[in-house]
Amino acid sequence: MKQALHNYKEKIKGNKWAPAFNAIHTFLYTPNEVTHKGTHVKAVDDLKRTMNTVILSLVPCLLFGIFNAGYQHYSAVNGFPESFSLFEHFINWENFMLGITTVLPLLIVSYGVGLAVEFVFAVIKGHEVEEGYLVTGMLVPLIVPIDTPLWMLAIAVIFGVVIGKEVFGGTGMNILNPALTIRAFLFFAYPTWMSGDKVWVHDGVNGVTKANSTDAISGETVLGYLAQNRTDEYAYSLSDMFYGFIPGSVGETSTFLILLGGLFLIFAKIGSWRIMLSGVLGALAMGLIFNAVVDFGWIGSYSKFYSLMAFDYWKHLIVGGLAFGIVFMATDPVTAAQTNRGKWIYGFLIGFISVMIRVFNPGYPEGVFLAILLMNVFAPTIDHYVVQANVKRRMKRASLAQANSNFNTQNA
Amino acid sequence: MALLSKKDANLILDPLADNNPITIQVLGICSALAITAELKASVVMSISVLFVMGLGNVVISLLRNLIPSKIRIIVQLIVIAALVIIVDQVLKAFAYELSKTLSVFVGLIITNCIIMGRFEAFALGNGPWRSFLDGIGNAFGYGIILIIVGFLRELLGSGTLFGIPVLGDPIAKTGLYAFGYENNGFMIIPPAALIVVGVLIWIQRAQNKSLIEEA
Repeated sequence: MKQALHNYKEKIKGNKWAPAFNAIHTFLYTPNEVTHKGTHVKAVDDLKRTMNTVILSLVPCLLFGIFNAGYQHYSAVNGFPESFSLFEHFINWENFMLGITTVLPLLIVSYGVGLAVEFVFAVIKGHEVEEGYLVTGMLVPLIVPIDTPLWMLAIAVIFGVVIGKEVFGGTGMNILNPALTIRAFLFFAYPTWMSGDKVWVHDGVNGVTKANSTDAISGETVLGYLAQNRTDEYAYSLSDMFYGFIPGSVGETSTFLILLGGLFLIFAKIGSWRIMLSGVLGALAMGLIFNAVVDFGWIGSYSKFYSLMAFDYWKHLIVGGLAFGIVFMATDPVTAAQTNRGKWIYGFLIGFISVMIRVFNPGYPEGVFLAILLMNVFAPTIDHYVVQANVKRRMKRASLAQANSNFNTQNA
Repeated sequence: MALLSKKDANLILDPLADNNPITIQVLGICSALAITAELKASVVMSISVLFVMGLGNVVISLLRNLIPSKIRIIVQLIVIAALVIIVDQVLKAFAYELSKTLSVFVGLIITNCIIMGRFEAFALGNGPWRSFLDGIGNAFGYGIILIIVGFLRELLGSGTLFGIPVLGDPIAKTGLYAFGYENNGFMIIPPAALIVVGVLIWIQRAQNKSLIEEA
């Protein structure tokens, strides 16, 4: 079988469809081409390995999202359990079935459509299919609401991959993170499906009612409550928020699992710890500033920003998509800053601006994706100035050294 | 005998595609972004620019030997302003609702770089007949892009064309909406126009490789 495929590959070399065939072929088998000449650096962490590591670190979030989809739905219908027990109420067959039937289609559409676009472009341009979509395809279902209609997701994926990536030249050349481009497109194109209190719980948009009641089920996010100054109404405890038993996009609720994924990325040396750390610091800094504004009494409880401003600064990290964004989106090596000092600035501003958008725009409390897209655009500028500063400093040092040596030779 | 010589015909045909003022010269982008959310506004804008540009080119061409070159920009502006005021008044008299939709953008035809560009580049150095052809040619080139963008944005963004629903009723859920289709809110906002124009440029260059500049 393997040999037959190789013979076929040799036969169609140069053919229009060769890239499409090669993509599937290298996905299934190791090609038996070997280099014959010269010295080569052999490293295990090629692009595919990097991508696979990121996907691996996302799997816990995906699994959690599947169970949480069921948990949120059944809790909205039947009421939240009095005393929560992980295995009785969360990890059970019912939740899993509901989750898998809602999340799996999102995952399939995301990968199917995205890879189809990649194949089409590979065939048109005659280059090999790039692995760039593997991570994007995994991220997309995790950052959309559970009931996003599949055709909308498909259109958004086509838009994100074509306009966000292919027009710039494909994987590695894109300015914006494709997964966030897809989410931004969905957000601006179909806002009713992306915000509000109905979209975060399965069947909320279909008007399914609570058991023994005529009220439609709903699940407002913590940030949603805060943006409407309804601070006292949400019943989620701190541990709920940290472990992720709250409504939200499919895979971004569990800060705990995101933290594990982030540590895994850091130890695998794939995610940049500088971006993650500075992102957290930036969010804390902005949160502290807002808390100070409240503490000094510069803003009263009548203000529409009051609840979000008074929200403890460190709690911003465990609600909404901030943690997910900082760990999995901001660290995208293509769109992030490249220099180490640039990464500190880039990450810090992402955290800082995310919290700022959250507070100042109650229309959409989830500003993380906007902050990251904005900083994606600025990343090359940050790098430019970091590099220039370095050049200047070294020039200065060089001329000083030159002057010193001149001085020494004269005095010698 | 043909109505126009080949050289004259090219004055009209060139700006339609290979020397299009929007997609090739990238002029007049501001109005292309601002008023193309509706097809009707695009069409009226195109006609207004056609009028201003055709007539303006002729006027400038007739005056070309009288205008001192030091003050030519001011003279050009006066000519454009006069013509734009005529357009504005006519719109206010006969299409008041539309003139409110277009609001400030009719007045801003004055600053449309295509018009000034054609005055400078063509009318100051050519006779009135050829200037007229060049003016309407460029206005057609501008208009065709506006109408394509307006068509796509109104169809996808609002589900209507010239204000008439063509995809069914979004509230009563008829037509396409019965299958769960929804209007794309993204197409209503100006950034969408930028992307649509960008895609048009992309398509045009993919068709005609000679338009691609050397990197």
